[in-house]
Amino acid sequence: MPSDMPGVKPRTLFEKVWDAHVVEAETAETPAILYVDLHLVHEVTSPQAFALLRAQGLPVRRPERTLATVDHAIPTDSATWRAGLVRMPEAARAQIRTLGDNCADADIELLGINSSRRGIVHVIGPEQGATQPGMTIVCGDSHTTTHGAFGALAFGIGTTEVGHVLATQCLLQRRPRTLNVILDGRLPEGVTAKDAVLAVIGTIGVDGGTGFVIEFSGSAVRAMDMDQRMTLCNMAIEAGARSGMVAPDDTTFEYLAGRPKAPKGKAWDEAVARWRQLATDPGATYDAEVRLDVSRLEPQITWGTDPGMVTPVTGSIPEAPAGSPAARAVDYMGMAPESCMQGQPVDVVFIGSCTNSRLTDLRDAARVLEGRKVAQGVRMLVVPGSQATKRKAEAEGLHRIFEAAGAEWHESGCSLCIAMNGDRARPGEVVVSTSNRNFEGRQGTGARTLLASPLTAAAAAVAGVVTDPRPYLNSHRRIA
Amino acid sequence: MEPFKTLKSRTVVLAQPNIDTDQIIPARYLTTTRRDGLGAGLFADRRFDGDGRPRPDFPLNRPEVADCEILLAGHNFGCGSSREHAPWALLDYGFRAVISTGIADIFRSNALRNGLLPVVVSETQWNTLAGFEGEQIEIDLEASTVTAPSGERMAFEVEPFGRFCLLNGTDPLGFLRSREDRITAFEESGPWRR
Repeated sequence: MPSDMPGVKPRTLFEKVWDAHVVEAETAETPAILYVDLHLVHEVTSPQAFALLRAQGLPVRRPERTLATVDHAIPTDSATWRAGLVRMPEAARAQIRTLGDNCADADIELLGINSSRRGIVHVIGPEQGATQPGMTIVCGDSHTTTHGAFGALAFGIGTTEVGHVLATQCLLQRRPRTLNVILDGRLPEGVTAKDAVLAVIGTIGVDGGTGFVIEFSGSAVRAMDMDQRMTLCNMAIEAGARSGMVAPDDTTFEYLAGRPKAPKGKAWDEAVARWRQLATDPGATYDAEVRLDVSRLEPQITWGTDPGMVTPVTGSIPEAPAGSPAARAVDYMGMAPESCMQGQPVDVVFIGSCTNSRLTDLRDAARVLEGRKVAQGVRMLVVPGSQATKRKAEAEGLHRIFEAAGAEWHESGCSLCIAMNGDRARPGEVVVSTSNRNFEGRQGTGARTLLASPLTAAAAAVAGVVTDPRPYLNSHRRIA
Repeated sequence: MEPFKTLKSRTVVLAQPNIDTDQIIPARYLTTTRRDGLGAGLFADRRFDGDGRPRPDFPLNRPEVADCEILLAGHNFGCGSSREHAPWALLDYGFRAVISTGIADIFRSNALRNGLLPVVVSETQWNTLAGFEGEQIEIDLEASTVTAPSGERMAFEVEPFGRFCLLNGTDPLGFLRSREDRITAFEESGPWRR
């Protein structure tokens, strides 16, 4: 799109992707009809949508634009797998079977329970090269924002809307506003995209992004690899945003080149030329802007029951006036008011989820754990984001580092992030988790979650208490 | 979807902000392939203790609120997960409207698609309504107003298409399907061709 032509209004990345997918423009009475390029489907939020289509006698309009996998309900512990999944609860079995039947009926590609390419839906989309710049991508899962890291407009939808997309490949949408989150500077050693996005949510609040699509820009974002950009966009929803996006660049194209579903040959060259036009034009304006210098950022950790209740790991729980949401959160967390985060006891450490389960996340955890042991009394689960990620990690020997340290090495899946597959914490247990939500009961009834980066989580596993991960980095080689 | 025109009901107040969809319906209730029966899991971890006994201090457990159809909830209600099981559970339990000073995007959209009316009011208006907890208030969707027991009338806004669908019991999928020709034309215009 020749946006530098005189008379053509400069546009943001979001506007370019939005404009290219409008089938019918919005009016005062009706929302826009937005075309969906890629519809990702999983076992938990799709059965009622397929049932709706069946009830109305409707076919799936574009099965080839639909990709399914099983991740939420699927067991991840190796003992259950070795035993042939006989311990899998009947309800999970029924969901997985229903998805298999629905995909077979509609001719939808399913990376199913026995596929070597299955994994968390937001890990496999990019990994398979299905996620591409400029696309619209939806899924019945709020963390669909992850795919925005590639310059796609990607967001979560409910099950009724899953039905709309299956039937029409379109959604009814009001155009969101745009928020530019500029991350200046360079992330210091030991500080990651997870810390940056937790700091952003701490700054703008858990509803600070409501009604907006966030574009993450600035020198810190440019310097991030794709795994880090995915972590950033993944948590845009935790600020209430419709989506998060990062302009595609050479880092994006290098990641996608050669992936199974990425364009090949001449089509690849044409695609890259098109994708290069997507970045926000100079002079384009956003509805709002937030700027954060990350060059002095410290590792972050949450202390409360929403992702905005966050502090540097070297900090303390803030003062919480009686009766305030903060006081309620501190009470739920079982922590002493205004106490230091460092030294808080830890029962479980979870490395995983669509936020932080990719190869570089596993390398970060291994970097801390190599030559060390998980503290007595701490249970540590390492759950790779996909079967392909698991194989890559094993090829590098990361699993041996985890196992030697006394951590559990699992099959892929959502696992302890949503705790609906049998992996769960017990009431009162404190979990340092690389996932995205520290809501009450999220990781099990009464469980207490502290969100942090893989480095901070792994350091907590070794120390047995919350601790600053930075002293744990230097004495060990960085696994390339 | 049943048309929604007016609703007269007493209210129950959950003042806490940022009530997420994990609290509304914990994930363990998501292992279903149906949309009915989820009321049993509504606020399960808030309503019941570890032994399954009702917690007397949780507002929904007070006997006098049993027939309340309007939930007056704290700011940013329904944040977090996109699970449509959240409005399904609220509806199955008996709620027909949620009033808050802010409602999360995906929850609001899911609620509208299922006939659960999301109403956003100002903080002052919310406080006024909270002062009448347990008393009857009236929501008129056609007029887009909430009327407090004092007679004070508060205007609210609902996305016009969602409002139209609610008032008439119209399924938005029907509208999308009526645009089939345009969708096909769009697909044939560019990289979307089969």
